[in-house]
Amino acid sequence: MVHLIDRRIQGKNKSAPNRERFLRRYRGQIKEAVARAVKGRSITDMESGESISIPVKDVNEPNFGHAHGGIWEGVHPGNEEYQKGDQIARPKGGGGGSGKGQGGNSENPAEDDFVFQLSREEFMNYFFEDLALPNMVKTQLTSTIDFKSQRAGYKTSGSASSLHVLRSLRGAMGRRIAMGGKSARRLKEAEKEMRDLMETSFPDDLRIEALKQEIHHLRTRLLAIPFLDPFDLRYNNRIKVPKPASQCVMFCLLDVSGSMDEQKKDTAKRFFILLYLFLTRAYEKIEVVFIRHHTTAQEVDEDAFFHSRESGGTIVSSALNLLAQTIRERYAESDWNVYVAQASDGDNWDNDSVTCKDILSHTIMPLVQYYAYVEITEGEPQNLWLEYEHVAQLYPHFAMQKIENPADIYPVFRELFKKQPN
Amino acid sequence: MENKPASARVKHPHALPEQSEWTFELIEQAHEEIRRVAGNFGLDTYPNQLEIITAEQMMDAYASVGMPVSYHHWSFGKHFLSTEKSYKRGQMGLAYEIVINSNPCIAYLMEENSLTMQALVIAHAAYGHNSFFKGNYLFRTWTDADAIIDYMVFAKNYIAQCEQRYGAEAVELILDSCHALQNYGVDRYKRPARISLSEERERQNEREAYLQSQVNDLWRTLPRRPEVHEDEQEQQRFPHEPQENILYFIEKYSPLLEPWQREIVRIIRKISQYFYPQRQTQVMNEGWATFWHYTILYQLYDEGIVGDGFMMEFLQSHTNVVYQPPVNSRHFSGINPYALGFAMMSDIRRICENPTAEDREWFPDIAGSDWQATLQFAMRNFKDESFIAQYLSPKLIRDFHFFAILDDDSKDRLQVSAIHDDNGYRYIRQQLAGQYNLGNREPNIQVWSVDMHGDRALTLRHTQYLRRPLNQQTNEMLKHVARLWGFDIYLETVDQANNVIARQECKWEKRNRYTS
Repeated sequence: MVHLIDRRIQGKNKSAPNRERFLRRYRGQIKEAVARAVKGRSITDMESGESISIPVKDVNEPNFGHAHGGIWEGVHPGNEEYQKGDQIARPKGGGGGSGKGQGGNSENPAEDDFVFQLSREEFMNYFFEDLALPNMVKTQLTSTIDFKSQRAGYKTSGSASSLHVLRSLRGAMGRRIAMGGKSARRLKEAEKEMRDLMETSFPDDLRIEALKQEIHHLRTRLLAIPFLDPFDLRYNNRIKVPKPASQCVMFCLLDVSGSMDEQKKDTAKRFFILLYLFLTRAYEKIEVVFIRHHTTAQEVDEDAFFHSRESGGTIVSSALNLLAQTIRERYAESDWNVYVAQASDGDNWDNDSVTCKDILSHTIMPLVQYYAYVEITEGEPQNLWLEYEHVAQLYPHFAMQKIENPADIYPVFRELFKKQPN
Repeated sequence: MENKPASARVKHPHALPEQSEWTFELIEQAHEEIRRVAGNFGLDTYPNQLEIITAEQMMDAYASVGMPVSYHHWSFGKHFLSTEKSYKRGQMGLAYEIVINSNPCIAYLMEENSLTMQALVIAHAAYGHNSFFKGNYLFRTWTDADAIIDYMVFAKNYIAQCEQRYGAEAVELILDSCHALQNYGVDRYKRPARISLSEERERQNEREAYLQSQVNDLWRTLPRRPEVHEDEQEQQRFPHEPQENILYFIEKYSPLLEPWQREIVRIIRKISQYFYPQRQTQVMNEGWATFWHYTILYQLYDEGIVGDGFMMEFLQSHTNVVYQPPVNSRHFSGINPYALGFAMMSDIRRICENPTAEDREWFPDIAGSDWQATLQFAMRNFKDESFIAQYLSPKLIRDFHFFAILDDDSKDRLQVSAIHDDNGYRYIRQQLAGQYNLGNREPNIQVWSVDMHGDRALTLRHTQYLRRPLNQQTNEMLKHVARLWGFDIYLETVDQANNVIARQECKWEKRNRYTS
């Protein structure tokens, strides 16, 4: 007797600890690769895993082995043309074929990269690593969208608890009628004829005998139709739908004047990504508008937003004006939740900062859900910061933060994440 | 391959239905038929345990070298990731079988496989490989099918315990170094003893205490007896004989290892020993299993138990498995052990049943003999190297168009040293056999001496084979040896005349012990 064992239900993910160990060992390399990937990705595209490649020589497991050299003699299949004693030019790149079989894969470390797939969750975890997010926020952001279950008609299979009795019985009745209709009709006719005959003829009439038999036959037939067939069973069908959420628009405002270098832009990008990720948890539909400015402001696409570079001075109010105008024209308040994230190094023309404060307090703040400002600088705060502090006092949904590295970003959103209802 | 007209086929009362979906009943039915046929052919096997698994579990099994239980290590994770990647990209199908040399013999059946493939795997793994494990002398000598699963459980628990007690990192360092040296952890001549799990545990405790007391003895600092002369000291080289089992030597004599570290060295050594026969019988093992799945399934076809559709599907995968691309094909990646093994096994049967004049001249002992007895004898008493040296026939050398190429780096051009002709048969057979000799394939590196009166440095000796140099990872390897030994390592390369021609060294600083 053979032992046939179904192992499919147990022992899943046996390699998970080993995989985890591998990731831990090569954490440095993986983090670098993730940082590279974040740079290359759009901020609306943080939700997928990533192929990570590590140089093979780093993950190599060494072994004593022979290198090419000395004497190798190998037997190969498929000789077509050679005779004993033939001389052949040595093929380029060493080889000769002999050593290739065994040592070859490890011998040449520059050969290829070791490539593997990080899951979306792992990718996000690496991304969050230097953002110093509280754990609760991390789970909030990593978790997939919430679903609610909703009725969607009926189906023919399911668990007993979701059996829909009424539907099932109604179906059964329909089936009984459909299957027994002909016989039932004939039975009725036969019984009527029988009654008539009983009144007019003798009980031993041949016709009556025949009718009796037919009636008996029809009754048996009708009885054979099951009252309830598995075929009739109907179950409630519940499907999962994403939780309904309204739409929002997210404005990214970035100072692209000469003083914003690549590193600052990189930090700014993480700031925008974080807000975007937060919004994807709360809203089903998100539009992102990119506005960049130096002395004038301009709405651009994401690529131009992060990658082109301007020089010259800075007038922040130009961006705020464009922002206010865009909200008014395209995102009427009642339909849209408006979020704004602004990143700058704090430079502004002296007279302009007051203007900024006025635009913000009077026009913009009443229209938006949340306004987050980060100043990416190592120096002292400048006049824009001082003016913004007034705004922050007036409006609790205005948040500002001076940041030097990505770990400082989170506090600016602290209020936002706290408010999150679920 | 006979081609019977459809009308001539009789449908057997126990015939398997022509369907690709398997069910548990059908697998049992197929197994029953295969068991019967295999028994008639005289295959002696361990009891079988067939396990249905998912593709993901197959990848898990792959990553941990096929063992159902194993300790944790990052390198298994690495193998899992690369298997998973190529599987998901569709670059490779998973091998449809993994079979474990244990008693009962565990064979995995993947749920994605069709009924035909399941039958093929049962015939191939549960009867082919299984009987090989039970019969072949190397497996009989080196592996203990009854104890391996228990031992793996012991190893897993022990290493997990060490991780808790000494930290995962410290354990990982030891494991890394042991893995690197695992091919040098095999006793080729001593027979390992059979012990059970509980005995193993008990012994391990004793060993810890005993070893620790012994090790220090080597470095005893008692004043030397004055009558010892210089030349006598020279003679007292330690070890007296070179030691081929480097891991064993480290386990017994490494001065600074903790008892638990010695035990881990021992575990890796034991596991390595268990796999040692598999590395030496690839061609034979696969050839034997392939020959038997082919023979058994054809027998089922002849009896009418399986139909034409079954055979078409079976033959398609069978021919894929035994295909040998020629050397100039871009699919060529060495000699396919399935192809060579299957061809040789079938050829032995042919020589027994229909010998030609050539066969009678080359194989007077077996030409015309009983093929089942002859095959069994060949399976039981050989390893790849000797099997090829004994049984590779001129006909196969012609069929494969084998030719030998000599690549001498002191010459400008390669030379064809033999082809499949009368002058070349013996030469090619001898060369091909040598190609499967582990002793030629792996550099011969042995423990040569320990500087017991000085800095305790360990000297390894690499005896060069055909002037072949060591690869670029040697330095990395010496670091691993040094980590286990705890002192400096020297590696001397000597030529065939025993002259030292090169010397590499690896300095070991104590602080490295905990950092790298």
